[in-house]
Amino acid sequence: MSITYLEAIREAQAKLLRDDERVFIYGEDVGGTFGGAFKATKGLAKEFPGRVLNTPISEDAMVGAAIGAALEGMRPIVEMQFADFSSTALNQILNNAGTHYWRTNVPVPITVRLPCGGTKGSGPFHSQSMESIYAHYPGLIVMTPATVEDAYTMLIEAVTIDDPVVYCEHKYLYYHLKADKLPTEGGLPTGRARIAREGRDLTIVAYSAMLHEGLAVADELAREGFETEVVDLRTVKPLDTETILASVARTGRLLCVGESFPWGGATAEVISRVTSEGFHLLDAAPQRVNAKDTPIPYHPNLWAAHRPNAKTIADKARTLLRE
Amino acid sequence: MLQTAPRRKKSTASRAAPHERFLEAFRWMLLARTLEDKLVSLYRGGLITGGVYVGRGQEAVSVACGLFLQKGDIFAPLIRDQAGRSAFGEPLVDVTRTYLGSRQGPMRGRDGNIHRGRPRDNQLAMISHLGAMVSVTVGVLLAKRFKREKNFVGLSCIGEGGMQTGSFHEGMNLAAVEQVPLVVVATNNHYAYSTPNDREFACHDLVDRAIGYGFEGYTIDGNDLTNCLDVIGGAVKRARAGRPPQLVVASILRLSGHGEHDDASYVTDEMKRQPFARDCLKVAEQMIVDLNLVDPETLREWREDAAAQVDQAIATAQKEAAPEADQEDWCAVSTRRIADQIE
Ligand SMILES: Cc1ncc(C[n+]2csc(CCOP(=O)(O)OP(=O)(O)O)c2C)c(N)n1
Repeated sequence: MSITYLEAIREAQAKLLRDDERVFIYGEDVGGTFGGAFKATKGLAKEFPGRVLNTPISEDAMVGAAIGAALEGMRPIVEMQFADFSSTALNQILNNAGTHYWRTNVPVPITVRLPCGGTKGSGPFHSQSMESIYAHYPGLIVMTPATVEDAYTMLIEAVTIDDPVVYCEHKYLYYHLKADKLPTEGGLPTGRARIAREGRDLTIVAYSAMLHEGLAVADELAREGFETEVVDLRTVKPLDTETILASVARTGRLLCVGESFPWGGATAEVISRVTSEGFHLLDAAPQRVNAKDTPIPYHPNLWAAHRPNAKTIADKARTLLRE
Repeated sequence: MLQTAPRRKKSTASRAAPHERFLEAFRWMLLARTLEDKLVSLYRGGLITGGVYVGRGQEAVSVACGLFLQKGDIFAPLIRDQAGRSAFGEPLVDVTRTYLGSRQGPMRGRDGNIHRGRPRDNQLAMISHLGAMVSVTVGVLLAKRFKREKNFVGLSCIGEGGMQTGSFHEGMNLAAVEQVPLVVVATNNHYAYSTPNDREFACHDLVDRAIGYGFEGYTIDGNDLTNCLDVIGGAVKRARAGRPPQLVVASILRLSGHGEHDDASYVTDEMKRQPFARDCLKVAEQMIVDLNLVDPETLREWREDAAAQVDQAIATAQKEAAPEADQEDWCAVSTRRIADQIE
């Protein structure tokens, strides 16, 4: 038997609904027999009557309602149909959920699921990765699981956490990523990065789908005689600076890879922290690879070149290794 | 003596004889006006940092919003709802501590003025972004339904300005889709900051929107306390009884600047002559006198009592220490094990 990243997300929600009566799912097309645009809630409305609810196309109000429900003791999971549309709920997520605990001492345990990242043919409005925007604002935890196991355990953890969690699930990984079975125990604690591959010549820091590009590059570089360490951030906020610095201490070289736009963001934050806290560890200027600074193109030829890919990452890595 | 309590036990408003209810409401209005007049003078004296936003002219509408809510109901007040907040049970010191920057206030110096609340006591803490609190109120009501609570309502306040946001529209629509027991009280005070109605909306009457949302709609004269109590009280009762969500639109004139920094010189004389421009507190007091509901001596005592309560709340807050930056934990998430990793 094997289970996909998407099925893991569905199974995590089934478990949450089963184990915790405070949990409900709120979003566009999640209910009925339909089960969501990507089928992440397939069958759940039937299995848990009244707890998997379709909403109008009202991202602001669905998050607002989730905040209210959370204040009243529930553990809502909001599914955005695509991460891109969460832009119309930014106010509720950033200004309402994100400020609430700080202002009132009452936390807001909501989980907002964002199907993010590019798949070919999806264009500017169905491909975005928004983790950096959410991470920029105080009061939110931003998860970016890259494996089937993490997709499962981190979603369960997200709902358990008392604070608002933005859970970024990658659409490309939905079907492409498989594991033999679901984990029976919890994963690493929230906020801990994972060494996905050990090495001593170069550290690649990645998260979400870019982890797999990073691992592919590590394979390629291994054939050229370089040993690459790959760090999977798992959450971009909190950011596990300690694990990153320890890796850079071993390798002396840092390359960060993120699928979101290049201005600022998670990769820039990693580099900023490593240069200010671990400058002495570096043998070369740290580098990063992000998407291009244009909207995300529709055509596969353009799309493939817009996002970081094994080739652009490997090119950057080789330059860095030569320095 | 009328006292603000941490939480109203049970409103007597729905059972009381009409004139008793009227008098109770009047006293909350008087308390709110007395408090806000005092806050304004503290502001003018440079003793309040940030803005002061008062509900002058809106007390009759506001008090009716707070008065009919019971334990277990949820209240989402907005900018000009001091009377309603007090009637709902907000202690006066919450107000003075917040405005005067005591670290013992509900917001502990982290947020100010009207952005205060006590979510654990069912009084939501508004964010500035207008329209956003309607859906939050809907969510609380949804949760109460999930928990199989009975006999609850929520009341969310809005101005005619806030009614023009997308967020408000989404919240209203969602309330109707979910059929939650919600009352939305919209006060048209004829200006959003400096912008008059003709640049805010173009529909014939804001209450007509009720039908479009699937709400039941009512209009009130916001200067007339009896009318406010009857209609808002009725709306609360209907929502509690399972009728569709209720929209009440009140008409008044804002009898102050947008905030105390604003001299409101844009309010035209013609506007000030309109019937809705009367002062609801004076109108209510005149009614008490005309109908001889209480004698002048009692009225004077009430006034003194309000002043004494306000003075005490201010004195308390003024004695208290301000928040100190080096004692602040500067942490925006509650989960300690995660917070420790966020620098
Ligand atoms: C979404 C949003 N935009 C702008 C503001 C700034 N602002 C605060 S109050 C206000 C006017 C509000 O008018 P109205 O809703 O009618 O309430 P009133 O102040 O008249 O009671 C404005 C523009 C805000 N708070 N929220």
